[in-house]
Amino acid sequence: MTHSVASGKSIRFLYIASIVLLCAWVLGPLYLLAVNALSSPDTINQFPMNLIPEFDLESLIFFANFYGMLDALINSITVALFTMCFSICLGAPAGYALARFDFVGKELFRVIILMTRAFPLPLLALPLAVFFIETGLDDTAFGLSLVHTTLALPFAILITFSLFSGVPRELEEAAWTLGCNRFAAFRFVILPLILPGITASAIFAFVISWNEVFASAVLTIQNRTLTAFLLQNLDTAPLHLKFAGGFILVVPAIVFIFAVRKYLFAMWGISNR
Amino acid sequence: MAIIEIKNIAKTFGTYEALKDINLTVEDQEFMVLLGASGCGKTTLLRIIAGLESPTQGEVWIGDRRIDHLPARERGISMVFQNYAIFPHMTVAENIGFGLKMSKIPADELKRRVEKNAELMHIEHLLKRYSGELSGGQRQRVAVARALAMEPDVILMDEPLSNLDALLRLEMRAELKGVLQQSNTTAIYVTHDQVEAMSLADRVSVMNAGEIVQADKPMELYRNPATQFVASFIGSPPMNFLIASNTSNGFWVIENETLSGPSIAEQSILLAIRPEDVRLSDSGLPAVVRLVEPLGPHLLVTTDVGSNQFRAILDSDSQIQEGQKIFLKPNVERIRWFHPETYRAVF
Ligand SMILES: Nc1ncnc2c1ncn2[C@@H]1O[C@H](COP(=O)(O)OP(=O)(O)O)[C@@H](O)[C@H]1O
Ligand SMILES: [Mg+2]
Repeated sequence: MTHSVASGKSIRFLYIASIVLLCAWVLGPLYLLAVNALSSPDTINQFPMNLIPEFDLESLIFFANFYGMLDALINSITVALFTMCFSICLGAPAGYALARFDFVGKELFRVIILMTRAFPLPLLALPLAVFFIETGLDDTAFGLSLVHTTLALPFAILITFSLFSGVPRELEEAAWTLGCNRFAAFRFVILPLILPGITASAIFAFVISWNEVFASAVLTIQNRTLTAFLLQNLDTAPLHLKFAGGFILVVPAIVFIFAVRKYLFAMWGISNR
Repeated sequence: MAIIEIKNIAKTFGTYEALKDINLTVEDQEFMVLLGASGCGKTTLLRIIAGLESPTQGEVWIGDRRIDHLPARERGISMVFQNYAIFPHMTVAENIGFGLKMSKIPADELKRRVEKNAELMHIEHLLKRYSGELSGGQRQRVAVARALAMEPDVILMDEPLSNLDALLRLEMRAELKGVLQQSNTTAIYVTHDQVEAMSLADRVSVMNAGEIVQADKPMELYRNPATQFVASFIGSPPMNFLIASNTSNGFWVIENETLSGPSIAEQSILLAIRPEDVRLSDSGLPAVVRLVEPLGPHLLVTTDVGSNQFRAILDSDSQIQEGQKIFLKPNVERIRWFHPETYRAVF
């Protein structure tokens, strides 16, 4: 008896310790990033390091005024918005088809969707760059968003697939018997029910594009996105600029992902709370 | 006029034959019940009529319109689903009015019809609620009101009461019958519950393994089952089956009791007797009492006749003990006779 209680206790201890460790691993750097981004340049450069944020906006203001930074920010947002639209417009119909139709090769199709994630982008980068220069797509927000769409699309398809699967088929059928064609049933019954999930899926596509650095760095020169711009200036920029840049990059991603987390779980079939 | 004609409908899923050559005519304003065990193809047939499933073969007609190639929305049919299919993001009023809105009915007419049908189903106080705030029975009422609001030629219902508890089911059953009679629509109603079928239907179609075995008025089904399957399916407690052997032309003997029946040239015959169609007597079928269950007005007595189980419903003042030997006299008029190989009724 006592033995099993003891081992139960130690398992519990291990469990808690692992969670604390994991959290520290993720949250520690984020915290330091936030502290430094919100401190004045002088504080950042001094030793020992400051662990309490000063809420001094000087670094962030400096960042905002850094030459080219604002353009890069606008580029990032533009590309991400394009990516968001394309992913949903292409992904939602595919997700619907997966959820509602039986067709030959359906399972294979689902595997292939995931396989696209296994393709290393660097491998594609050179031929893509050449192709983009030939077609004049290089260095445009539109061209880059196409690449980002290929990255975000698998997730968009899988999330919308799980959303459509979650809407009982009878609701759609009831709509058909009540005078709807397929489109009207979608518009008035399915869409309102899955709209929150679609929004989540769109935000996720936005974040994928926002965070992507490799394709952005290769395929843009004048119209750099924020990630590519920061990468380019990483060596030369002062420390406080790096912190501010990192902070600006990370915050939207974290906020958005936190907002849509339950849909990301749904994608993998994990029930959410 | 909404006469439904189903002609040679068949449906296969892969290699599985869910429906085999179904032929059925439902008269204008008739209440037709499809009755059969789970998995016999009732839902599939209903969905083919509704246009939610396409038949492998055959035709469906409503009046003089062939509809099996039309999309569901153009068939003039409303359907009540087994799990109600209430739209969760709409209020009760919006649910009932949804089909009318889709058909571009003017707003004041829409409002009138929503209110009329809500009243009919006694849910006028729930119009502003969402389906999440309704009980099962209330959802059921919304589903029926929504279907009726379309004022369809035909209303289809797939086990609409099966998710309700027993008391509610009884109440809704009576109400449904009244409401549908008033509405002058032709109705096809699917159920696996024979009591429900008998009490609701103008006619019942008994289905078995993808086929319609018999379509008839409830009492006709009860009195004159066309096959041994129908005889065993309809009635509770079920009919008793015994095998009798041929003595001379038209006389059949079983356990020394000779009964007059049809004259067919077979060695044996299958006969079916309802438990209530026997009476206690000094002669007749010798039976050993196994179990006596008082049902209030009657006694349900389970006996052995030869090696066959035989149930009898007897007067409650009969003095019968378990283990006792009794004689049961069948009412010869009420005996049904079935061919020993085809299991079809013979007369
Ligand atoms: N979409 C389908 N694919 C394959 N088999 C099906 C499909 N729908 C129904 N079936 C099969 O057809 C038979 C009849 O089903 P159904 O009409 O639902 O029966 P019931 O409503 O009488 O219980 C069942 O054996 C069922 O498994
Ligand atoms: Mg069914």
